[in-house]
Amino acid sequence: MLQVTNLYKVFNKGTVNERMALENVSLSLGVGDFVTVIGGNGAGKSTLLNCVAGVYPPDSGSINLDSIDVTRMQEYKRAKYLGRVFQDPMRGTCGDMNIEENLALAKRRGQHRGLSWGVTSKERIEYRHLLKSLDLGLEDRLTSKVGLLSGGQRQALTLLMATLKNPKLLLLDEHTAALDPRTAKKVLDISDYIIREEGLTTMMVTHNMRDAIRYGNRLIMMSGGSIAVDVSGDEKRKLTVEDLLRLFEKAKGKEEDIPDRMILG
Amino acid sequence: MQEIIIGAISLGLLWAVMTIGVYITYSVLGMADMTAEGSITLGAAVAAKMISSGRSPIYGLLLAITCGMAAGLCNGILHTKFKIPSLLSGILTMTALFSINLRVMGRANISLLRMPTIFTPVSDMFNLDKGSSVIVVGVLVCAGIIALLYWFFGTEIGSAIRATGNNADMVRAQGINTDTTIILGMMLSNGLIAMSGAMIGQSQNYADLQMGTGAIVIGLASLFIGEVLFGKRSYFIRLTSMVFGAIIYRIIIASVLRLGMPADDLKLFTAITVIMALSLPNIKKFAQGKRRSLSGGQ
Repeated sequence: MLQVTNLYKVFNKGTVNERMALENVSLSLGVGDFVTVIGGNGAGKSTLLNCVAGVYPPDSGSINLDSIDVTRMQEYKRAKYLGRVFQDPMRGTCGDMNIEENLALAKRRGQHRGLSWGVTSKERIEYRHLLKSLDLGLEDRLTSKVGLLSGGQRQALTLLMATLKNPKLLLLDEHTAALDPRTAKKVLDISDYIIREEGLTTMMVTHNMRDAIRYGNRLIMMSGGSIAVDVSGDEKRKLTVEDLLRLFEKAKGKEEDIPDRMILG
Repeated sequence: MQEIIIGAISLGLLWAVMTIGVYITYSVLGMADMTAEGSITLGAAVAAKMISSGRSPIYGLLLAITCGMAAGLCNGILHTKFKIPSLLSGILTMTALFSINLRVMGRANISLLRMPTIFTPVSDMFNLDKGSSVIVVGVLVCAGIIALLYWFFGTEIGSAIRATGNNADMVRAQGINTDTTIILGMMLSNGLIAMSGAMIGQSQNYADLQMGTGAIVIGLASLFIGEVLFGKRSYFIRLTSMVFGAIIYRIIIASVLRLGMPADDLKLFTAITVIMALSLPNIKKFAQGKRRSLSGGQ
């Protein structure tokens, strides 16, 4: 489903702040794969996700989605294939618009937008039904401004919006990092439920080792811009935090410290 | 006094169209579009030129709207495709329009005295004086525009434009080209502003190269007055509040002039009104912070 080949990305090229963010990253995801991506600050996990999403182009290498070359495709164009949830709950939704308007914007992802109504009454019934499945009491608040929702509710709504059109690939960029632990757990469980229910191919960036182990069928750990650890299947299922730390030590080879929040998480 | 009020209402109704245009760029898209200063004159210039060369006032009005939309298109392209910050791109378009307006008119002003205007059919049909017919046309035009925009912002494209001003990242993630939505918003805005200019020119019987100076500040002042009076409620109410804001602004201006303020100070007065509206929330916050720190709490 996703084919990333020899990806390179350098920030601030030719200046003193030059930083190699991605160094020869190759990654292949099959249909229905749910990979968790872990790594310290500056390891390249968000850069990888942003390159796949088209926020900025890679310096070299290629990205294929379901055998479509999207390497140079503009962000809004490839959005047709992607569902995205951001770290900041404010970024995934329009705070000044209400719940149904937000959902309706997502409902038309990849479709022509014309002069027909932005929200139809048929959609409202569908949205109410979908929101009910989140079990957050949002089904009776279709016309509430999204800005009035809590961070957790906003992320759950963003998740619903991202998966409404059955994306080829779901990109979750530390989407629970800004939430309190209980809400984070709830949003993660909802994510896991939707991903499994719809059989979505997913990349989930997280800084929490335990979450990275608990969810998904594959785990990659990034370090210094490249993939240091890649485990899947049975090996992934038996993985413990201690194993992961050991693998990381072995793989990195540079004098790079594991950030505290990654261990403590 | 009654005469002054009626004059203020008729002028306010025409400026209301401009205020709604400013509302689209300032409140919906979230950018201050200086093009307004040029496109209001452009509208007046195009309509006046057409009427004085014998074309029908309706034709002049439609052409004025089209030209205003073209000005919005240019500014939108400068901002989105050439990545010029919106404030600067607006100033550039406004400056360029100054020369274009002069070329359209051929001289610094065009008189429309004793020529037909869009108000003439109404005053002929109902046997009204000019001021009253301006009010009739103004009310009809404003009602039409509010209905049209209320519908438009409820459509798929309209929702996308609204969302762009709110959260462009999210809009792109939903597969919408935000360049297109910004350009569309600017075209709509400047089309309305040029329409307003065309009507203002015809109501005062002349088009003048300088009439756009300070227009954006007048638009913003009217917008804030509308918001203060009606609050940020539903779309319908917000659009309607722009009309009342524009009328009340005119009444305030007429009143202070009558109370003896020299007309030369008008722009200063308007600017101060806008400064107060913009700074009031911060002053309030500052005052609250002071109070809290005085009472020893956090």
